[in-house]
Amino acid sequence: MFCAKESCSILPLFVAVPLAGAFLSSLLGKTSSKISDFLGSLVPAILVLLSFSFIGLKEVLVYKMGGWIPPFGIVFVVDGLTVLMLVTVNVVALMSTIFSISYMEKYTDKWKYYTLFLLMLTGMNGAVITGDMFNLFVWLEIGAISSYALVAFGTEGEELEASFKYAVMSSVASLFILVGIGLLYSYTSTLNMADISRTLVAKPNANLINFVFILFLLGFGLKSAIVPFHSWLPDAHPSAPAPISAMLSGVLIKSLGIYALVRIFYNVLGVAGGGRVLLVLGLISMVLGALLAIYQKDLKRLLAYSTISQVGYIVFAFGLGTPLGIFAGLFHLINHAVAKALMFLNAGSVVYATDNVRDLDQLGGLREKMPVTANTSLIGSMSIAGVPPLGGFWSKLVIIFAAVESKHWAGAFVAILVSIVTLAYYLKLQKLVFFGKLPVRWENIKESPVLMCVSMIVLSCICIALGLLLLPQLRSVFLDPAVEVLKNGVGYSKAVFENIK
Amino acid sequence: MTEYILCLILFCVGLYAIMIKRNLIKIIIGLCIMEYSVNLFFTLIGYKHGGIVPIFSSLDETPARMVDPIPQALILTAIVIGLAVTCLIVAIALKIYEKYKTYDIREITRLKG
Repeated sequence: MFCAKESCSILPLFVAVPLAGAFLSSLLGKTSSKISDFLGSLVPAILVLLSFSFIGLKEVLVYKMGGWIPPFGIVFVVDGLTVLMLVTVNVVALMSTIFSISYMEKYTDKWKYYTLFLLMLTGMNGAVITGDMFNLFVWLEIGAISSYALVAFGTEGEELEASFKYAVMSSVASLFILVGIGLLYSYTSTLNMADISRTLVAKPNANLINFVFILFLLGFGLKSAIVPFHSWLPDAHPSAPAPISAMLSGVLIKSLGIYALVRIFYNVLGVAGGGRVLLVLGLISMVLGALLAIYQKDLKRLLAYSTISQVGYIVFAFGLGTPLGIFAGLFHLINHAVAKALMFLNAGSVVYATDNVRDLDQLGGLREKMPVTANTSLIGSMSIAGVPPLGGFWSKLVIIFAAVESKHWAGAFVAILVSIVTLAYYLKLQKLVFFGKLPVRWENIKESPVLMCVSMIVLSCICIALGLLLLPQLRSVFLDPAVEVLKNGVGYSKAVFENIK
Repeated sequence: MTEYILCLILFCVGLYAIMIKRNLIKIIIGLCIMEYSVNLFFTLIGYKHGGIVPIFSSLDETPARMVDPIPQALILTAIVIGLAVTCLIVAIALKIYEKYKTYDIREITRLKG
């Protein structure tokens, strides 16, 4: 544990380390793929250690770039919510890179993959840690551009098609966000998030806030695939290589989409739940995502639609705007990040063994041949579907409690119904892939290499352990500080300015 | 005010091209038009009628007469990002042409729905 003054100066490392890793990987990786394998796993490991050192942080840390005091300079801000996101992002990233070592063998140019991966990680860490509006946009784009390239990494027809669609829609989203930032700047004459929030409190302007709210909802809604803006996700996420699917579905849409959305709505604009908009959009995503997932014949596509549905749960919980709702949203965010990353890695393991067969009808009975994949996948499925005692059950339960508590009976009812549908399609997935009769074609199939198994086992252990976060001792160091930040609303600006030293 | 309305129209022209056009290259052009309109919007935010360059070339100049330099600095960043996105998308479009032999999105439909 660092004391406050020292830990301030390590904040830029969250961006500098993966950037340096990306640079070194592109420089040295060409000579031997071992070097880029090593770098690719070393960098997230360092970041995991760094982010763990911040757990239990009591105060808000502010790092001033180049010593310029805000609002003139760019600042990095670390508070409870940031720590929670950093830990989630980097843990999932570490598991994905360990998985990549064996999985990416079948692709050429591994060093390019690691370079892009680390750039994407830079973008995510930067977006989470920054306290400046325009800086947020820049990190958003760094993360997004490298993810377009990663989706197209296989350069087959389908992958290029998905990447093009994703790139165009996500770029349009970025432009909406940019216009919103421009409007906020023209009104408040500042780009610092805390300062914008302070100015908006001092001289409120309902029309401006409403307009900017809509622009950000469009922009970040597209980035996080809330339902009317979801059409790119079921193409883009399954087309990427498995570890990238895990990153995209697990943490990218959460750090660049939901985190940014929530941070801006709660802490900068002060529109907490955003009226009923988030509630309604969340409910629609939940239902539509689940209904479409049932009919999918493609393993990874089913998981992608399930992501839309689960993101709906998270958005719905944040839309409630009550402390319990915020808590439930954050809790489900972590659970889903870990479980969905695990599910995509399992899918990757199946694809690796069967040489790119993703059609559910052609698979079956893989359980005896691939016990590790089958069992970890069962844990992941049951966690997302909400079977006790796994993490996903508790977070869904809290979401339903939160809805009941704020008297959204219909919402609570829909959430229960959708969780039954979720269970149905995950059982379908399990039945068609791992249970049943083994087709003759897969007689000689083998379990995945050790490193792939290790990352799947670790993620499934985290899945089980996440239920423990509800215990008061763990809650008070990890989840509660994050809830406090959002509950504090526009008090964010005060917290930041008080901690500038 | 007129400038802002014209800027909005430019934005909508770009959005129209992205949503209605069926050719990959035209969609990319639409994206570029949208980017230009947003850059123009930022310039307009910082613009002041009769303003001067924000550089202190002599001591008797006051900041009140100068145009706001920050939006211009932001545009520079936005242009670089826009360039990266455009390069990447054009490269992807060329690759798509290699695989499908067409730029028409109605024929590029190997993904289901």
